[in-house]
Amino acid sequence: MKLKLRVWRQKNAHTPGQFVEYHADNLNPNMSFLEMLDVVNEQIAAKGEEPIAFDHDCREGICGACSCVINGEPHGPHDKVTTCQTYLRSFQDGATVTIEPFRANAFPLIKDLVVDRTAFDRIIQAGGYISVGTGHPPDANSLPVPKPLADLAMDAAACIGCGACVAACKNASAMLFVAAKVSHLNLLPQGQPERDVRALAMVDQMDKEGFGACTVTLSCQAVCPKGISGSFIAKMNRDFLRAMLLNP
Amino acid sequence: MKLDARIPSGPVPQKWSVCKRDLKLVAPNNKRKYEILVVGTGLAGSSAAATLAELGYQVKVFCLQDSPRRAHSVAAQGGINAAKNYQNDGDSVHRLFYDTIKGGDFRSREANVFRLAEVSVNIIDQCAAQGVPFAREYSGYLTNRSFGGAQVSRTFYARGQTGQQLLLGCYQAMLRQAHLGQVRIFPRTEMLDLVVVNGHAKGIVVRDLLTGKISSHAGDAVVLATGGYTNVFYLSTSGRGSNVTAIWRAYKKGAAFANPCFTQIHPTCIPVSGDYQSKLTLMSESLRNDGRVWVPKQPGDKRPPAEIPESDRDYYLERMYPAYGNLAPRDISSRATKRVCDEGRGVGPGGLGVYLDFSDALRRLGRSVIAERYGNLFEMYEEITAENAYETPMRIYPAPHYAMGGLWVDYHLMSNLPGLFVIGEANFSDHGANRLGASALMQGLADGYFILPYTIGNYIATAKQTRPQPDAAEFRESEAEVAATIKRLLAIRGKKTVRQFHKDLGKILWEKCGMARTAAGLQQALKEIPTLREEFWQNVSVPGDDADLNQSLEHAGRVADFFELGELMCRDALARNESCGGHFREEYQTADGECQRNDTEFAHVACWEYRSAQQPPVRHIEPLTFEEAHLAERSYK
Repeated sequence: MKLKLRVWRQKNAHTPGQFVEYHADNLNPNMSFLEMLDVVNEQIAAKGEEPIAFDHDCREGICGACSCVINGEPHGPHDKVTTCQTYLRSFQDGATVTIEPFRANAFPLIKDLVVDRTAFDRIIQAGGYISVGTGHPPDANSLPVPKPLADLAMDAAACIGCGACVAACKNASAMLFVAAKVSHLNLLPQGQPERDVRALAMVDQMDKEGFGACTVTLSCQAVCPKGISGSFIAKMNRDFLRAMLLNP
Repeated sequence: MKLDARIPSGPVPQKWSVCKRDLKLVAPNNKRKYEILVVGTGLAGSSAAATLAELGYQVKVFCLQDSPRRAHSVAAQGGINAAKNYQNDGDSVHRLFYDTIKGGDFRSREANVFRLAEVSVNIIDQCAAQGVPFAREYSGYLTNRSFGGAQVSRTFYARGQTGQQLLLGCYQAMLRQAHLGQVRIFPRTEMLDLVVVNGHAKGIVVRDLLTGKISSHAGDAVVLATGGYTNVFYLSTSGRGSNVTAIWRAYKKGAAFANPCFTQIHPTCIPVSGDYQSKLTLMSESLRNDGRVWVPKQPGDKRPPAEIPESDRDYYLERMYPAYGNLAPRDISSRATKRVCDEGRGVGPGGLGVYLDFSDALRRLGRSVIAERYGNLFEMYEEITAENAYETPMRIYPAPHYAMGGLWVDYHLMSNLPGLFVIGEANFSDHGANRLGASALMQGLADGYFILPYTIGNYIATAKQTRPQPDAAEFRESEAEVAATIKRLLAIRGKKTVRQFHKDLGKILWEKCGMARTAAGLQQALKEIPTLREEFWQNVSVPGDDADLNQSLEHAGRVADFFELGELMCRDALARNESCGGHFREEYQTADGECQRNDTEFAHVACWEYRSAQQPPVRHIEPLTFEEAHLAERSYK
């Protein structure tokens, strides 16, 4: 099969970018989207030109590195998968495919399709942990966690920190990302001592990073490759309000 | 080259206590004066950085990725072993120790492995306290599954994302220390040289991948936690960025490289589908708890799997290894798979595949139980292959997955270069010639949380070295060399892409130093690799410049090191005239095609010393002695 690609090319943060067209021929529907970009990049490199820069690593949908907006949708047309797990069989032969970086003020562009998502690390740094040092905590089975609670915490913990939620949101809000981490830890008995301070600190840092406000359109949930539920946003709002009231 | 393993005296089960008793300490108010450089942020690196910072050291952390949370430990699926014996099925520290020694075909260091089994129980407690959402029973207690090479259920898991959840646990612990100002993190930064001053590792030279800036960092100790090197095969299950560069540069600065030919080929990966392929995807070994592996009995049987009756199927792992069945260890399962495919009984395109069939388990347990256990793996399989494994068997084939070899370390996890510590997959110590499933996560966290933080203090307390300034002559020299290599790569402007060279190298290694090796093949590879390397330095095309993000340039530097590593792997495989674990030399096999070990001549670690580009490396040995686990034939029948 063949595709016509319109790819955002931008040398660096200080140089204006533009869409550049490439023709990708002799493709196989079983190729992954990034393998298709590899093939195009080989052709570009063979001409001595700079290949398209994009973030990727595990190519198994778990590291959260890959990050393209494909035809207007973060991680492409398929539900609940990352760009690296998107296959060409999801596209029509001969189609035009537009590929852009995740765009948000809090994700400054670095080059081509690569953006800076370190704001997410700073949000975790503000309180996305349980403050237990390495040592000799009690035996793991001394604190039973009801299975439904453990499962729900795992649903939230499945977030891969890719930032698609931000890219999809008209306000570039990071609520789903923050809510997933707050919920993961605040649901568990181990997370209770820091429940309030965690919600307050992480939301505060999210605001400082310049992410937008949440108007609960749930476009984030629609594009999340791990299917993180928007209901965690409600849970975080509740924790945040509770913390505000208890810690005036 | 002096290789003193510093194994403590006394019986094996007491060695770690003896070691800890004798370790010198650094006083709490003095720890803040010392700076430790940690390279790599997978399970080993992040857990070490967090723990060292908690103790009070100043820690600098470096990773290639945009965030430490993306290190390739994140991709581990199935689980982590620990000798908790929560299942009351007869597990114990000794049994985990013995399974690991036997799993490694008696080519690992007994004292290290015993310690690994001993601290395994603490890891689960630590991770549960951090909020790692391990799978639980309705009672609220932790549950377990089984993995290859064990007859007990000792594997803890978090759905099919155990590595991710454990990594988030130590990443969060590390970021907590960053919040407290104890850790400084340098993402998108690649270590390109180790700096040695007065015979001690005292710093690193790094390149900022976004600006191309080369700079030096001096420390009181250097910890390499940079993972494995199976990307040398080009196609592997490693993340695309995984590479050998950090440990290779340390090797060239005098650190011994141990058992480079010990690489693991994992039996259950999705088969290669085309020439464009850039990465192989693992299907967790945990699937073999419920999936049955089979091929048609007759070569060339092209019927769809559903039309092949039971009587025409060969469940070859159950037939060959009845005691362990589908949970035979990885090296053994991979080799059996290769054998049935070589007999023409493989399935799918090119006959390079076997079935992993869940129909019995689906009948026995129902779809919802299978979905609960493996749902995300089935989804991943369907994304990649467009086949539904609830309805038709998966097709799988072996692929390079893990490097048991790595830098040589002593019992303190310190290399022969004082001050250089190597942890996790980057070292060689615990898995011998084959690693058992769910043991890599265990080792990474054991090293980082519970071993290195003790032993590094002993080094700092006894070495009495001062920390050099990062503008010392040794740093300047290293920086100049690194800059010259980059300049040279960019100046070639040849015709062939980096990726093409990498593919060509991978093909040589897969064919001649992969699942089966022969002296003739290895000798041939030792001719082909230098020729290809020569061509690389004449004709590689590295577009762009070094002033901003240049992924071709990064890849070129790593492939340049892979050429040299590939050659060393072949030398090592050629010198080891026996078969053991994942190292299968066709000349040395039993009548029924199993590994023929040679304990008289090869019960040792091969430790390679670099001399220069012109001189071949020297092979030293560290003899392996077994007191607690007696050398025995490794049988899973």
